[in-house]
Amino acid sequence: MEIFVQLLVNGVIAGGTYALAAVGYSMVYGALKFINFAHGSIAMVGAYIAFVLVTMGNVPLVPAFLGSMLLTAMLGVMVERVAYRPLRRAPKLASLTTAIAVSFVLDAAVMIIMGADIRTFSLTGLRSYQIGPIYITPVQGAIILTSLAFMVGLYWLLTRTKLGKAIRAVADGISLAEVSGIDTNLIISAVFAIGSALAAASGALIGMDTNLQPTMGFIITVKAFAAVVLGGLGNVWGAVVGAFLIGIVENTGVWFIPPVWKDSIAYGILILALFLRPSGIFGKKEEAQVTVL
Amino acid sequence: MELALIVHLLVVFTIYGILAISLNLVVGATGLFNLGHAAFYGIGAYTSALLVKAGVPWLLAVLTSMATASCVAFIIGIPTLRLVGDYLAVVTMGLGEITRAVFKNWISLTRGPMGLPGIPHASVLGIEFDTAEKFLILGVVCLVIVFVVAERVLYSPFGRVLKGIREDEAAVQALGKNTYRYKMGVLILGSAMAGLAGSLFAHYITFIDPSSFVMWLTFFLFLIIVLGGLGNNLGAVVVTVVFVALREGLRFVGLPLWLNPAALQQLIFGILLIIATIFVPRGLIPERKVVYE
Repeated sequence: MEIFVQLLVNGVIAGGTYALAAVGYSMVYGALKFINFAHGSIAMVGAYIAFVLVTMGNVPLVPAFLGSMLLTAMLGVMVERVAYRPLRRAPKLASLTTAIAVSFVLDAAVMIIMGADIRTFSLTGLRSYQIGPIYITPVQGAIILTSLAFMVGLYWLLTRTKLGKAIRAVADGISLAEVSGIDTNLIISAVFAIGSALAAASGALIGMDTNLQPTMGFIITVKAFAAVVLGGLGNVWGAVVGAFLIGIVENTGVWFIPPVWKDSIAYGILILALFLRPSGIFGKKEEAQVTVL
Repeated sequence: MELALIVHLLVVFTIYGILAISLNLVVGATGLFNLGHAAFYGIGAYTSALLVKAGVPWLLAVLTSMATASCVAFIIGIPTLRLVGDYLAVVTMGLGEITRAVFKNWISLTRGPMGLPGIPHASVLGIEFDTAEKFLILGVVCLVIVFVVAERVLYSPFGRVLKGIREDEAAVQALGKNTYRYKMGVLILGSAMAGLAGSLFAHYITFIDPSSFVMWLTFFLFLIIVLGGLGNNLGAVVVTVVFVALREGLRFVGLPLWLNPAALQQLIFGILLIIATIFVPRGLIPERKVVYE
């Protein structure tokens, strides 16, 4: 039972990192109705930026973390300008294809610059806390706190600010937002900036908790996307719930099946969810049923 | 260049040609975003290899491997083909990873990462295709069959509906077509062809391991069909020749040691794909326009 509680906590921690990546995914989907397959790779770049700042630039952890979020936000805006904006009116297949291409370019670039080896932050001098029967590292504590803080911040941004109102207007209908005088290009850039910054936070925290690898983006993409689909495409809060659900199920799943299948659990949940409730837990039913690519 | 190398490249070309044509039917002609093509290829390879190793004649094994790939496609298609294309993309991507996890972790059957060595050569009616030259004949025969079948399908009434689905599914539905059945049909056909390619690969190389069926392969095929002109089989075949030559050729260029050749290849192809999708969306050889009287 104690092990189960520990697995549950591990699940919440994993869910926190997935949630950070998933909300950005969901926001981009809301604004452009398109799956940004490069999102996980952007998170990976964020993780490496933080890594370089900490280990080679000797920047303290927290400023490095924030710096990586800022730089990755700029990368996200740039990717949208170069690879997605020219295709906004093209068939959807085109932008999905470039998104995959972007993720491969980012992975390859990092692999060339940093090498394909696994890297670790080697945060020495950090010891696990023991709370009752549960062990938790300071990084894991930080993951829970940071993801909660960012979720609250995002909620405030989306519901209480003018920018948030504009983002929601664009998600409701881009042409209608445009005729109401909203600079939709600016708002989409903002969505990419926020989404990429949160992705960087996710990547950096995963990197600190475990390790970094140029291919880690793909796993983040899949987990975050599974969370987004589970919660209902385009529904930001559904994505958060989906992320925690996936984190918890795959970590407690280790209790029942061998751990080598851990990553397959997310896909399994995803496929099962599509069978049972295609529009996601909180999605609107009609959205998923339109079968136009 | 030695003759042996040229023959080897030609055999590789026939296998990739079959893969490109089959993906072209699903993605290029119908617009279904299938990211799991490598999985069907792998399923074909493993099924065929295991059956022949167990004493089943190659011809029977290759048919079974095509049937197995089709069955998996059917099961995957049931929940996803009724939904927006984005869902198909992520489920096929998930399928690709689950399949690879199965190849890697079902060690009693597949020997996991160690791979399956000593796969017997293909043989039909007592003729054994045990040299590259002989195998080339088999490969060319299969490629021609697949090419002819794909062309017949594309320019048949069935193919017309497929292209209609790509352009405007709602309109095709309004004409009274059950688009779900058509999409299922083409997914099954494409997967069967991928299964055939997998079987050819297994019995040509005589060794398979999970690393041959990664998502990178699907991406490579995407690049081929986008550059060749979506929906155009001839374009796909022509670009396959160029790409197979380019890919193998890159191995002989003297690269500095620190440069990871696989990553460089990925970087180049990724950038090419972005440029191609934005600037030559219809490909080098655009799809033939057919006017019906």
